[in-house]
Amino acid sequence: MAKLDELQDIVVQTRRDILRMVHKVNSGHPGGSLGCTEFLVALYNEAMDLKEGFDMDGKDEDLFFLSNGHISPVFYSVLARKGYFPVEELNTFRLLNSRLQGHPTTHEGLPGIRVASGSLGQGMSVAIGAALGKKLNGDDKLVYSLHGDGELQEGQNWEAIMYAAGNKVDNLISTVDRNGQQIDGPTEEILPLGNLKEKFEVFGWDVLEVAEGNNLEAIVNALKEAKSRTGKGKPVCIILDTMMGNGVDFMMHTHAWHGKAPSDEQLENALGQNPETLGDY
Amino acid sequence: MTKYIDQGKNDTRSGYGEAMTELGRTNPNVVALCADLIGSLKIQPFIDENPERFFQIGIAEANMMGIAAGLTIGGKIPFASTFANFATGRVYDQIRQSIAYSGKNVKICASHAGVTLGEDGATHQILEDIGMMKMLPGMTVINPCDFNQTKAATLAIAEHEGPVYLRFGRPKVANFTPVDQKFEIGKALMLSEGTDVTIIATGHLVWEALIAAERLEEQGISAEVINFHTIKPFDEEALLKSVKKTGCVVSAEEHNFLGGLGESVARTLTVHNPVPQEFVATQDTFGESGTPEQLMEKYGLNNKAIEKAVLKVLKRK
Repeated sequence: MAKLDELQDIVVQTRRDILRMVHKVNSGHPGGSLGCTEFLVALYNEAMDLKEGFDMDGKDEDLFFLSNGHISPVFYSVLARKGYFPVEELNTFRLLNSRLQGHPTTHEGLPGIRVASGSLGQGMSVAIGAALGKKLNGDDKLVYSLHGDGELQEGQNWEAIMYAAGNKVDNLISTVDRNGQQIDGPTEEILPLGNLKEKFEVFGWDVLEVAEGNNLEAIVNALKEAKSRTGKGKPVCIILDTMMGNGVDFMMHTHAWHGKAPSDEQLENALGQNPETLGDY
Repeated sequence: MTKYIDQGKNDTRSGYGEAMTELGRTNPNVVALCADLIGSLKIQPFIDENPERFFQIGIAEANMMGIAAGLTIGGKIPFASTFANFATGRVYDQIRQSIAYSGKNVKICASHAGVTLGEDGATHQILEDIGMMKMLPGMTVINPCDFNQTKAATLAIAEHEGPVYLRFGRPKVANFTPVDQKFEIGKALMLSEGTDVTIIATGHLVWEALIAAERLEEQGISAEVINFHTIKPFDEEALLKSVKKTGCVVSAEEHNFLGGLGESVARTLTVHNPVPQEFVATQDTFGESGTPEQLMEKYGLNNKAIEKAVLKVLKRK
């Protein structure tokens, strides 16, 4: 197991990447990206069983699907730091002719991406398809997916949630990033999601709640626990309570940084809170 | 003109079902998905022989398109089938993002297209699907004319890498193409040569075009009939070669004149060789309940409508 302090170094560097990427083009989604940094760093560097290199079919390795594609900055940074493509390419985020589109896509052939996402609510269906494909291929590796909590307002998710349980897709671990925020404000004010744990459970999922969704140790343990619950006839859901903008004090406790880039001064302040660990790109 | 014989009316969806049975036996990567319409799509034999390769999704077409996209990862070739209305308009964004933009090898197989679905009425009679699908970059759009051709097209798309929209229908229609005619995607088929007018038809209106051409021949008019089973990629060469000879065109399809085959014809003509064109298509309207024959008559989609359009376009030459 990677030591927690090694993971923490990746987390801090990923935060810097996110902040610098969105600052450079004055666009993108830092809030949700920072909220999921610990999770994605732990997932790719600790939980997932990955092969060297990238091929679309991903046989005999774990797969991950990002459904809430707007948190592309954290996804791109984690993929680059994991070696899927050169970290220097983070410099091209959202620029013309870049493989790092505003929302992730397979269209430009960026290694690590297996489906386009951005229009919300579609990722769980795709993850289920990939999980069914693994079963047909006799491949015992797992499929992971990540979803925003606000994203669950899209009805397609509930088609997928119903299907996965009804068809015992038990090689799937879907995580909900419960940061309680969406563009127009707190999720409970926009369209309340109610008791998500009970909702997933009543649909037939095995659910774990992680109260400290930005605590690396808690995440690593939860992923381990989730993995141990696969193969038992139920899809597994992790409900991760996260803090949008985590690691940058002025971006926390607000939905204001959902889709806004920091100014020069704000960037300097934010980077000051997250000193370089692995080297900036 | 070349004569064609109806080998016995049959439904195009049964051509799909028969091809799926064959694919089940010959191609281990082919998987089938359905949204609660097994009987309508005629895929029970595939399911009986390959239960592990069939996914009953339930009445959840959006989820079906996403699952189909996911199944391609790992090498499966998913055939996702339902009624044309629910296979396109209902799930346009899912097809756009998870299948077309993502370049997934999904075959969207859509039955009950157009008004000839009949008595169920306009809620189920989509007349806009060709337009929606052909506008998606990278999407291949195919509308075969009869049972034999639907079967051949289904087999052919399994060999084609990339997303495909395959459109067919509910009613029994004339079955006149050769049983083992190879299906070439994007290659229009010359059915009968002529010199006065070109009739470009797709789907079961190809048969109606042949009937119209026979009647026109009795009036001394020589009509060339071409089967455009593939709407995208569009066989520009076949169209342009024909109009060079005839100088005018009638397009015929069971679809709105906006966005359909006729519009692809018109675009090609405008760019390369502007000649008069008439459209046999629905006129920006919804359908209604009725028998297929009644609806084809009322909405101007039968051989009489094609004949009338030919007489009209000839006057504009």
